[in-house]
Amino acid sequence: MPKPVFNTERCKGCGLCTSVCVRNLIFLSEQFNSKGYQPACCKDDTRCIGCLICARTCPDVVIEIHK
Amino acid sequence: MTEKLFTRPKSLLDVPTHYCPGCYHGIIHRLIAEIIDELHVQDYTIGIAPVGCSVLAYDYFNFDMFGAAHGRAPAVATGVKRVHPDALVFTYQGDGDLAAIGCAEIVHAAARAEKFTTIFINNAIYGMTGGQMAPTTLLSQRTNTSPYGRNSEACGHPIRMSEMLATLEGSIYLARVSVHDAIHMTKAKRCIRKAFELQLQGKGFSMIEVLATCPTNWGMRPLQAVEWLKSEMIPYYPLGIIKDSTEVK
Repeated sequence: MPKPVFNTERCKGCGLCTSVCVRNLIFLSEQFNSKGYQPACCKDDTRCIGCLICARTCPDVVIEIHK
Repeated sequence: MTEKLFTRPKSLLDVPTHYCPGCYHGIIHRLIAEIIDELHVQDYTIGIAPVGCSVLAYDYFNFDMFGAAHGRAPAVATGVKRVHPDALVFTYQGDGDLAAIGCAEIVHAAARAEKFTTIFINNAIYGMTGGQMAPTTLLSQRTNTSPYGRNSEACGHPIRMSEMLATLEGSIYLARVSVHDAIHMTKAKRCIRKAFELQLQGKGFSMIEVLATCPTNWGMRPLQAVEWLKSEMIPYYPLGIIKDSTEVK
């Protein structure tokens, strides 16, 4: 199963990935990272279909898709 | 072992960038790095970084990079390409760098049909210096130096650089692309790849204009900026291939 892996320390919380997920799985966390941004995370990675759109949209290459 | 379906390209260093949240520079850097990996030309690629937000691009790309004086990246690229005719040489310039102070350099580089590629990032504003009006700023767009909106009476109309360079015989491939969604990102990647391939075949000057957002200086959230790009910028700067002299007529 494809699974998104977030490098939360690199995330700047821009939210571009949250708008492109076809399954609407990505949202910005309530927690803050050490830079003070609210990083993106996935609420249910078992539902990921591995379309890679979130990973390709991220300007900071925060998201890797593992299989 | 886990298989990675998507990961960072080899030509992009694993370091945090200084770009603002939601800035498209990161996406465009990644596309360029992916293409260089796919073409297997990392060892003989030379990039020219401009002055502007992307001045530190040499810290992010994993191949040889040059820093040029403001607007003079095409002049430096001319020298590099003439000394290393087999290298893949590209300049990476913003609109303040290319369309304002560097306008003469880019026009004459295209007129001389210099065999390098320019990646032109058009975000309709000066980013690094703090959001001043650029030659590409849209009419009635508010910036720090046009607080009531750009007025054509006093400031003229925005320059469409790709169309301007298309009138020159020396330019062979000019395209305007955007990276605001997956489809446009794929098209953008295809255009940049084609420009690099034409350069490697020894053809003339090519430029890819990439429309980008600047959420910080536009005074918007990143997602609002994407909407603004779609509703305001694309109608004035139409996407597509502006000139392709390599097509069989």
